[in-house]
Amino acid sequence: MNKRDFLKGMILFFPAGGLLELAREAHATEGPAAAAPAASAPAAPATNGKASGIGKAYDAGSHFYGMGIEVDKCIGCSRCVEACKAENNVPAEPFYFRTWVERYSIKKDGEAVVECINVRGKHAGDRVEDEPDVLRTFFVPKLCNHCANPPCVQVCPVGATFATKDGVVLVDGTRCVGCRYCIQACPYGARYLNPATRTADKCTFCYHRLVKGLNPACVEVCPTQARIFGDLKSKASRLVRFARMNKIHVLKPALNTEPKVYYAQLDGEVR
Amino acid sequence: MSPDTIAGMYELLDQVTGYIYPNEIEIHWSILIVVYPYVTGLVAGAFILASLVKVFSVEAVRPTYRLALLTALSFLLVAPLPLLLHLGRPERFYEILLTPNPTSAMAMFGFVYAWYLMGVLLLEIWFEYRRDLVVLARQHDGRWMRLVHRVLSLWSSDISEAAIRFDKRAIKAITLIGIPSAFLLHGYVGFIFGSVKANPWWGSVLMPIVFLMSAIVSGIALVIFLYMVITALRRQPIDMPCVDTITSYLFYAVIVDFSLEALDFIHRLYQSEESVKILARLISNKLFMSLFVLQILLGMFIPLGILIVAKSGKFNEDLRKLMYFTAVILIQLGIFSTRWNVVIGGQLFSKSFRGLMTYKMEVMGIEGLLTALVLLALPFAILFVLVRVLPTTRLEEQAPRALPHAAGD
Repeated sequence: MNKRDFLKGMILFFPAGGLLELAREAHATEGPAAAAPAASAPAAPATNGKASGIGKAYDAGSHFYGMGIEVDKCIGCSRCVEACKAENNVPAEPFYFRTWVERYSIKKDGEAVVECINVRGKHAGDRVEDEPDVLRTFFVPKLCNHCANPPCVQVCPVGATFATKDGVVLVDGTRCVGCRYCIQACPYGARYLNPATRTADKCTFCYHRLVKGLNPACVEVCPTQARIFGDLKSKASRLVRFARMNKIHVLKPALNTEPKVYYAQLDGEVR
Repeated sequence: MSPDTIAGMYELLDQVTGYIYPNEIEIHWSILIVVYPYVTGLVAGAFILASLVKVFSVEAVRPTYRLALLTALSFLLVAPLPLLLHLGRPERFYEILLTPNPTSAMAMFGFVYAWYLMGVLLLEIWFEYRRDLVVLARQHDGRWMRLVHRVLSLWSSDISEAAIRFDKRAIKAITLIGIPSAFLLHGYVGFIFGSVKANPWWGSVLMPIVFLMSAIVSGIALVIFLYMVITALRRQPIDMPCVDTITSYLFYAVIVDFSLEALDFIHRLYQSEESVKILARLISNKLFMSLFVLQILLGMFIPLGILIVAKSGKFNEDLRKLMYFTAVILIQLGIFSTRWNVVIGGQLFSKSFRGLMTYKMEVMGIEGLLTALVLLALPFAILFVLVRVLPTTRLEEQAPRALPHAAGD
């Protein structure tokens, strides 16, 4: 083979590889349709005989998970945060959270004072409730919204963060390169770089528990049942009932991320 | 996780004003990510200056043509390094090339970079230098340099009229493809930031265009700087018509760049969206020095003023040289501040729009100031080697100097 033939071969070889990849992808998108993310969709429960539960094979396609939060029930005890850190081995320092609780104090002049009660900052322990100019106060638990249209999944350069069929956004820690584009892309500040693994980390809805039919740790420990977990594909789900009984709202709806953490009694000040 | 890091973060916690989401205390894209768009911008700008000669036949800037190409190459070779060093798991970088996520703007980096390096820059440089390399390999007495030039010419030896004609046609074709490619290379970097809808400081459709214009500004300014330094080191006369012409282009590029940034600023202010209050606090508290003083005053207004005065025609060559030299250095400073204000500025406010964070730059660490300085110095070292091996003037133009317009396309 002379130089000219070699170069000609190279010119054909690389675009041909690209075309093959395009063809493969076109084929892939024609395949199984993405799960419908709409909460109201009366999707059929598992028809193939598989159901969730301990001892049975877990079928991701027959679930679509979300969380409901009743803001008025949250008493700011932070047990959810503690349980989450213990269950998921989240670093103890107050710079890494998969879930956290915010305290809002709305003053009479409309000013909102916000604080994360899990971070012991300069004003830790200030009793805002006693101030006479406070109009209303409330707690808001926050976590990854497991968006149906997740910007983090869109931007991940290596496909390390992905949405599962059952509607959970996860990070493959063995593939993540630690570029942190997903952290920049998340509008909710739900992600952090795990200092131990140097990879992106976030709430998994306790996926290891879900597949066994258990609730996420934060839901399990909440003493007031402010957190409701459930399967949007199951009519008997507590979450579907929660969505029927409450006027619900999501965070930053204008960004079209389609969050699956639904808030009842959410104040307009919460972002 | 070292105790120092933790202590540092507690320190940053005390400097937070207002409310931030707790995970936001750490500034994730450091000074290295400031260096990256700055460096690729220089590549794109230098290449676009070079293409003025080939595509638009601006003969006056021919003395800088080869220098501009080599500058672009030196900086392009360094461009991936800040990205690599910044990764949490740098040993996995190849995943971006092997399993790129097709919806990720960042995943396109490998393709855009490879295309620009192999498909455009190296090809154009090879065709431009092929004849000279063949001639040089024949002239040399030293075995090593002869071998180097033989290898760089890829063992081609044809310098017939027909072969040279083909080289010229190839260069023209590559430049024609190269201009949109250079736009792609840097416009794409702008898109990485401009497409982040979660961040109102970044998320703007103007971002790729602003990046591109500032790239052209910085690239042109850098080539002028290098041309003046290299001719001075070689004790050669500076081609004043050339420098006068390029600084005119620079002047217009700065005006367009400034207009675009002003448009972006006014648009944000006038639209006055949800984020306007926190952005106002951001630029008046955190970015006052780097935005108003460094970027706008020192990096734009003063160089523009210097260029206007220099162009007024009342000054002799020596004074004009001094003024141009000052202006291009100030412009570099300004464009670096532009990158800083975008990359770091975009991470200094909370996405809750309620508070501001602080960036504390490391000095010694892998993502620190020292690494950034080394990365910024490295292209100059590469360029130093390149201009030793590859002459910046065509061999046929070297003997009787001051005939820069002899060889047309």
